[in-house]
Amino acid sequence: MLWGIPPGLLLILGALLVPLLPGAWRKAYMTILPLAGLWALAGAENGVFYSFTFFTYEIVPVRIDGLSLVFGYIFHIAAILSVVFAWHNDDTVEQMAGLAYAGSGIGAVFAGDLITLFIYWEAMAITSVFMIWARRSDAAYRAGMRYLIIQIGSGVLLLSGAILMAHQTGSVAFEKMTLGDLATWLILIAFGIKCAFPFLHNWLPDAYPEATATGTVFLSAFTTKCAVYVLARGFPGTELLIYVGAVMAAFPLFYAAIENDLRRVLAYSLNNQLGFMVVGVGIGSALAINGAAAHAFAHILYKTLLFMAMGAVLYRVGTVKASELGGLYKSMPFTTAFCIIGAASISTPLFAGYVGKSLTLSAAAKGEYDAIWLILMFASAGIFLVSGLKIVYFAFFGRDSGQRYREAPPNMLLGMGLTTLFCIAIGVYSPWLYSLLPYEVDYHPYTVDHVINQLQLLLFTALAFAILVRYGMFPRVKNTINLDFDITYRKWLPAAYRWGIGLTRDGWKSILQDLRNGVHRMVAYMFRHHGPEGILARTWPTGSMALWVALLLGGFLLIYYS
Amino acid sequence: MTGPDHTSTQSPPGEKNYWLDDRQNVDKIFWVVIVVCVALMLVEPFYHKHPYFGIDGSFGFYGWFGFLACAGLVLVARALGRILGRREDYYRPGCDRGEDNG
Repeated sequence: MLWGIPPGLLLILGALLVPLLPGAWRKAYMTILPLAGLWALAGAENGVFYSFTFFTYEIVPVRIDGLSLVFGYIFHIAAILSVVFAWHNDDTVEQMAGLAYAGSGIGAVFAGDLITLFIYWEAMAITSVFMIWARRSDAAYRAGMRYLIIQIGSGVLLLSGAILMAHQTGSVAFEKMTLGDLATWLILIAFGIKCAFPFLHNWLPDAYPEATATGTVFLSAFTTKCAVYVLARGFPGTELLIYVGAVMAAFPLFYAAIENDLRRVLAYSLNNQLGFMVVGVGIGSALAINGAAAHAFAHILYKTLLFMAMGAVLYRVGTVKASELGGLYKSMPFTTAFCIIGAASISTPLFAGYVGKSLTLSAAAKGEYDAIWLILMFASAGIFLVSGLKIVYFAFFGRDSGQRYREAPPNMLLGMGLTTLFCIAIGVYSPWLYSLLPYEVDYHPYTVDHVINQLQLLLFTALAFAILVRYGMFPRVKNTINLDFDITYRKWLPAAYRWGIGLTRDGWKSILQDLRNGVHRMVAYMFRHHGPEGILARTWPTGSMALWVALLLGGFLLIYYS
Repeated sequence: MTGPDHTSTQSPPGEKNYWLDDRQNVDKIFWVVIVVCVALMLVEPFYHKHPYFGIDGSFGFYGWFGFLACAGLVLVARALGRILGRREDYYRPGCDRGEDNG
């Protein structure tokens, strides 16, 4: 623990100092801060820290063990790489939000109780939305608003579940749960929203592509992988997750294949990779949990690299729509090379994704989940097609758009270069990653059959892609969007709401009209009978009424004084 | 706006020509991929497999499965794109998705 500050909180508090520092100092400070956090973490011992009793509940702000450490390490590494990639950016709000967001993610994986988790959970939501709003476009503002509502909603569900659980068990400890009662379901759905479960996933492909060139690099690392961590911590071995994960691994690929915005393609494929991790959590064996953690680690690196490459393209070209790109390898050769390495890192032997993903696939096979394993194989081939080949081909090769741009700024290249080093180092020397995993690993990814089989899968994927493109069967890139489940809350619900409001307003209007008519009729009736011309006006006994009032007042006085 | 022509990789006139600008070189890459795929199938009898189930032990499983998976994925997605594709301003008529700055 550095200066006694819990991991995560170091970055959040540190972010407050950012505006006070000038130019180069600020950049150095922002880079050193997560480095210091990583260094502190490397020397940290397992155990719980800073715990205290709040009313009758034990709050554990920091719990360090194998599972939280591996996520803690990669979150720090992702923060460092993202900061380097964003050095050129002088937007103070984005700089502060980036550090605080990374800190919230780190804090969340070390949270030992549900209340601490809830606080970091919401902090992640609030800090991350500024990375989207920093784009300062109308579309980004609206997407950010939708994102924020959904993320905050997830936190509210988490808190409701935590309160119910505290009421039932008397404890808010964040440990393995068994799915059953309302409390655990609420918590699972809260986690599921951030993990982009099917039908809860729309915030991801909706908001991430609207963030800034540097913002999406930050966003891609923390929220969803934090969700994978909390699932691995809270619901390992929950069979439902195997099927949820399998659906997640498969269906976003179809969207990724036809999507025009290349950062949205990456967002859908991010969703697909989360599916692998969720399957791993669902299987729940030591091998599978190791697989989910190793995959998350590798995935953060290569997805960061791909988002960096697309961020560089967005920064220079002003768009990442496939329909407007092409031939960029001529003007951005380094970015092209890094993007190709990012694509290779998804699952090619000697790169990070291969050593990470193999564990989960192996766990699915050993657990006798034949159908699930086949779906994951399908997803493995598909992800290489859409997130690797499609991105590289449509952005950097293919048709030459004729436009010429400058290569990405040096700091972006440095960020991509460092990420590339990590991708290759982990792929070449797998024991390094395996030694960080929560359980003992007895797995060798580089066996002859495994390497050949993986190369067969990838090369035949490339062959399919080459044939489809060559013979014009690959979906043509067009300036279109594709309807997804978010149509429910972006189109149908507002329409139903407006319809309902219209109906209510009309109904209310007619009720008011009826009332008004009724009052009018009554007044007219009274006037007819009691008005000056009315039939009862002829016998107005004004004099006798005055007499009666005088008598009553007199009687009242007598009674009062007697 | 129509989709790009996937076959035209030409540089604009007056610029140096790249190796990939030559259509024949693109063809070369295509054939190299095919040759590598064939080679990966030819090594099938020469290594020991550890199949988990039954189907993954069949001849060249990872090759043909990968090919069919991708071809299937793309063709289904293409049909899906026809059903789900909308104009970019579908949600907010008259507004672009706002991609003008980084």
